[in-house]
Amino acid sequence: MSVRQPVQGAREQVARLLALVPYLHAHDQVRLDEAAAAFGVTERQLVKDLRVLFMCGLPGGYPDDLIDVDIDALEDPEGDRVIRVTNADYLSRPLRLTPTEATAVIVALRALRSGATSDATREVVDRALAKLEQAAAEGTSTPLVDPGDAPDAALLELRARLQDAVGRQRQVGLVYYVPSRDEESVRVVDPRGLVEEAGSIYLDAWCHLAEAPRWFRLDRIRSAEVLDSMVTTTEGPRELAPGIFTQEEDVALVTLDVAPAAYWITEYYPVEAVRPGKAGHHQVDLLVADARWLTRLLLRLAPYARVIAPSTYAEAFAARARETRALYGSVE
Amino acid sequence: MSAQKTERLMNLLIMLLVQKRYVTKERIRDILYADSSDEAFEKMFERDKEELRSLGVPIEVGTTDPLFEDDPGYRISPSEFALPDINLTADEASVVALATKVWEHARLAEATSEAVRKLSAAGAELDVTALDLVQPRLGADEPSFDIFLEAALEHAPVVFDYQRGSHAPERRHVQPWGVVRSSGRWYVVGFDTDRDDERVFRLSRVRGEVRRDGAPGSYDIPDGTDVRAIAGRLAPERTELHAVLLLRPGTGLPLRRGADTVETGVSGPDGQAWDRVVLTRATVDLAAEVLSYGPDAYVVEPGELRDAVVARLDGVLS
Repeated sequence: MSVRQPVQGAREQVARLLALVPYLHAHDQVRLDEAAAAFGVTERQLVKDLRVLFMCGLPGGYPDDLIDVDIDALEDPEGDRVIRVTNADYLSRPLRLTPTEATAVIVALRALRSGATSDATREVVDRALAKLEQAAAEGTSTPLVDPGDAPDAALLELRARLQDAVGRQRQVGLVYYVPSRDEESVRVVDPRGLVEEAGSIYLDAWCHLAEAPRWFRLDRIRSAEVLDSMVTTTEGPRELAPGIFTQEEDVALVTLDVAPAAYWITEYYPVEAVRPGKAGHHQVDLLVADARWLTRLLLRLAPYARVIAPSTYAEAFAARARETRALYGSVE
Repeated sequence: MSAQKTERLMNLLIMLLVQKRYVTKERIRDILYADSSDEAFEKMFERDKEELRSLGVPIEVGTTDPLFEDDPGYRISPSEFALPDINLTADEASVVALATKVWEHARLAEATSEAVRKLSAAGAELDVTALDLVQPRLGADEPSFDIFLEAALEHAPVVFDYQRGSHAPERRHVQPWGVVRSSGRWYVVGFDTDRDDERVFRLSRVRGEVRRDGAPGSYDIPDGTDVRAIAGRLAPERTELHAVLLLRPGTGLPLRRGADTVETGVSGPDGQAWDRVVLTRATVDLAAEVLSYGPDAYVVEPGELRDAVVARLDGVLS
């Protein structure tokens, strides 16, 4: 298939040698342990690599045609363990980036840029990006991947701070916006971990206000203060599957009639079932933990979604709609 | 065995790299594959070329003799082979090294590491002093991501079933130009050959497998294609709207954020005290947002927004 396997075997060894020779060229007197660390392999593997390199060279077959590696310096107990490779000038430049490599590294750098929290750092990333983009443009292909809306630096900073609190087991004071109640709440939580789901980051924590585990969406956290107090509950982070809304207890299964204009909710919220109905409408089953949340959703979708069952939810929604409509009086 | 193969690949590379002219297949065989049968040689040589190319080694094919064009030869141009002089400074090299930790996608994480290995081989020392950075992470969980990326890189058309909204899945034939992320979701941008126009597809709406629908290199991506701009152009347009709302005290917090002015104690339609909020915002559907607050939010102006809210409520109550 078109998806390539991770680099391994001979291909991996060739890739390493093609980077090793330029590395030795650019640095002076590199010792075996330094090179092994730089390439993330054992010293033994590196000696194996160099022994193969020793057998390679120009096609003439004369001793002078071969690449010379001072193996004794590496293996002799008296050797100084410095890697000396000669007769390999034609390999002294690193290999050009493949289109995939160029794409991967440039997209990663663009993402890093959005994580920069100071202008000075952003400037460094920009310089590096400009050089890499130019190098890629000279090649066969330009990157065709865009990492998208830069995650907000403030959000990333919040994430890092919360991650740190998880690691140090510190309590966190949160001001959190609860959309279903349209209010900000102040609470102390024991943070357990951070998870990402459908583009949003959530903090998993034990909430001392609710006295229950809760998920907090990071973009709804108005402020977070890492406290000096240690957490008082100890449990690992929960699995976030299949969806956050099914995690709550006391959920009710609600069936909606959804017109095409509101069909997007089936992609946005975890739904239990979708059945086609008449005239492009669908019947959608979803689990509802909070009746207020559902009423707000239905108001937002008005008039493209209605409750089929249970009728209590239909009545709550209609009452709220009537109350809202009454504000506007009779319209001419 | 593996050492032998490494040696053969290296020698093939060096041989093609140091020759000024194209080297004939015959000569390559004599020197590097002398012990192999005809069939074994063809197979091994094909595979060896492919492996070198997959590492980024540009093996060119040409003719060695202008009078006998059927006699192919091979070479590697040193200027095409080598990474252009990039000369990263120490701080730039450190940023590049950090890039290896961004991808949470196996294939692209590995490609980044490989790129960084090549880049750092060129000499720059790492300087990990005070970079003010929060490490972002990029994932791509959609199973079709790899295939679309690969297809865009290789200019290979694809065919897949795509489900738009509540419609039944439809078969689409697309020449992918690139992939774009927006609000945590991945999209592929490309030319839809059935619709004869550029289109954006959300990967999570692809049903079943994505298959190749033509050879690599079967189309060109138009010069200056900006996949991000296309994705933005095809997204729903946000209109800048100036609105005056009444909100009950303590409610509608997201609407108050970034409001131009908030005035308290204003008499509302029910004779109670409301807050008068003036806001300007770019939005796809402000009526829906206002509606979600129910009887806690009331539109004063503009008239169109007010009419839209009333009409939608009448739709519910009719």
